[in-house]
Amino acid sequence: MSTLTDPPAASFKLSMLVYDTRYRAITFQIIALVAFLLFFGWLALNTAQNLADLGKEPSFGFLFEPAGYDINQRLIEYNSQSSHLRAAFVGILNTLLVAFMGCVAATVVGVLIGVLRLSNNWLVARLMTIYVELFRNVPVLMWIVLSMAILIESLPAPRDFRGEDPAATMSFFDSVAVTNRGVYIPEPLFSRGLGDFPIGGAFNISLDLIAILIVLGGSLFVRNRIAQRAEAQQNATGIRPRTWHIQLGVILLPLIVLLAVLGFHLGYPVLKGFNFGGGTYLRNSLIALWLALSLYTAAFIAEIVRAGILAISKGQTEAAAALGLRPRRIMSLVILPQALRVIIPPLISQYLNLTKNSSLAIAVGYMDITGTLMGITLNQTGRELETVLLGMLIYLAISLLISAVMNWYNSRVKLVER
Amino acid sequence: MMKSVFLGALTVAGLTAGAAAAATLDDVKARGKLNCGVTTGLVGFAAPDANGEWKGFDVGVCRAVAAAVLGDPTAVEFVPTTGKTRFTALASGEIDMLARNTTWTFSRDVDLKFTFVGVNYYDGQGFMVPKELGVSSAKEMDGATVCIQTGTTTELNLADFFRKNNMNYEPVPIETNAEAQQQYLAGACDVYTTDASGLAATRATFEDPTAHVVLPEIVSKEPLGPLVRHGDDEWGDVVRWSLNALVAAEELGITSTNVGDMASSAGDNPEINRLLGTEGNLGEMLGLEADWAVKAIQAGGNYGELFEQNIGESTPIGLARGLNAQWTDGGLMYAPPFR
Repeated sequence: MSTLTDPPAASFKLSMLVYDTRYRAITFQIIALVAFLLFFGWLALNTAQNLADLGKEPSFGFLFEPAGYDINQRLIEYNSQSSHLRAAFVGILNTLLVAFMGCVAATVVGVLIGVLRLSNNWLVARLMTIYVELFRNVPVLMWIVLSMAILIESLPAPRDFRGEDPAATMSFFDSVAVTNRGVYIPEPLFSRGLGDFPIGGAFNISLDLIAILIVLGGSLFVRNRIAQRAEAQQNATGIRPRTWHIQLGVILLPLIVLLAVLGFHLGYPVLKGFNFGGGTYLRNSLIALWLALSLYTAAFIAEIVRAGILAISKGQTEAAAALGLRPRRIMSLVILPQALRVIIPPLISQYLNLTKNSSLAIAVGYMDITGTLMGITLNQTGRELETVLLGMLIYLAISLLISAVMNWYNSRVKLVER
Repeated sequence: MMKSVFLGALTVAGLTAGAAAAATLDDVKARGKLNCGVTTGLVGFAAPDANGEWKGFDVGVCRAVAAAVLGDPTAVEFVPTTGKTRFTALASGEIDMLARNTTWTFSRDVDLKFTFVGVNYYDGQGFMVPKELGVSSAKEMDGATVCIQTGTTTELNLADFFRKNNMNYEPVPIETNAEAQQQYLAGACDVYTTDASGLAATRATFEDPTAHVVLPEIVSKEPLGPLVRHGDDEWGDVVRWSLNALVAAEELGITSTNVGDMASSAGDNPEINRLLGTEGNLGEMLGLEADWAVKAIQAGGNYGELFEQNIGESTPIGLARGLNAQWTDGGLMYAPPFR
């Protein structure tokens, strides 16, 4: 009979960190992490040291000093006495505006081109191929500069609208002026408006807009209830009642009443002094940037859409056709919903690309965040490091936000597996 | 141990950074070339000619400094900078000096840590409009669209001018003079504003210069001059006195044609002798050859010659000397004594 002895109590020795496979992996990771942190610490300290030698210690105090410069397109209140911080906010809003407009337009154009590229019509398919290859193989900056040059050189200047026999006239019953400074369109005005609601003294939100949104939201809610009832009735009796005219009325009538109460009317652009006054003014820097960014990104989105459609088995089309669906309905009801699962992940990247490419705005003088904070503010204050760091953080935040929203959407449309 | 190596590396990095900042003169001599920041192109001040050779009033200052330091006026690497990139280029050491119609202001001198070595052109901000608009005064510009180069003092002055006069305007920000010219000529802006000299230089390149007027209002003081980095006084002195030598040469009657004769032997004017190195050791004090000023003057002529050749009344730009005449002629050009 042999006696069993306990294995010797494991005593931890320092050498085990390297020789014991249980610890080795972690040891090396910790060493790598420390080295990594030390490297970045050194980088930061070195930069701070060099800046201190130049007599320019990093400081963000400049953000609260008056900016001193004017910005043409401002979505919030701003004048040259406002702070650099507020100028940065104006820039951020301008960036978001062009990014949003660009993403919407690029998606619409991209899906259209992507679908048409698969058309059975040889000419249409080839034309779309040419579009895609042309746009994605030339740098976006060229497209931006080109569209701006076309807008400036081909359209009439405001002074051409003047005089007895003007060289240019306004279109759409004298309501839209297309000039080489931008497009002036009628603006919605309220003669009995509710005024603005200040938020923390920094922003004003139009109460008219809020009222319209509330009424629209209410109407849409009622419309959904009507649709639900129609659905229930169809399930019970097999006959779907005609409700589209009631739905339309529910949406339109309250809105029309509200607009009438607020005294809605259109303000038309009128030539006065050097420029058109009144109306909504879309600067051609915004138009050029929007056009170029959306057409450029649309070429990439078209390819993504094409890939997504090709990923769906041809049997799906044939099966749908066998049920008697028409090609357009097959595309919108059968193919595209399935293709979305393939399309959305790469689409997120394209949205991010478009947003980041909008930083080329200064090429056409559009005052986005690169133009205000990382452009004029940087130059007037000489704070390169601080403004560029802030600019990077802002783009990072915007990109992460877009990414989060799109990923949420992706998780909603992706295939739910049991 | 890790920590001491790290701190050691940091100290070395700090020391080399400090040393690098203080010896621009040695760097330039070792390199054999002066890196001089100029505009991306403003005819008369700095622009490449048909042969790709840089010509102009600011270019003349670069060449004079290169001649004084290296003995060769062509040993210059011209680095085109925009209103936005110029200060970063200088602060980072990409260029040794900036001669780019840059306005000497308090904050650039004190806050941005640069040293302005003098003024080579006394300027003021003006406005140019097409004649057909019928505008005769800047006060009539309410509601105008104004083309403006971003990151300049003119941008700030413009905001101040319109605020002070209670007028509105629409700024169109642009990067370079060439872009401004394109937009202005196409009518995308009513007014182009920059320094009056810049307006004159831009107008001179137009097909029909007479169709555009420069308005009489000058809304600011814009002393333009070369600048160097803060903290390298020896280099600052070299650039400062090279510029002063050009100004003094005009006052003393030294030109590019007679400087060779006058420097061959000591004359009877002791200041000329000291300037041209035939007496005293001014060059040695600067860390340069004795004939540094001779070479600087030979490079493109004295201040008056540079002015006449590049922007003077006989050129298409046609600027009068005005404030930029010698102090002896009622102007502001005044070189401190060479003694």
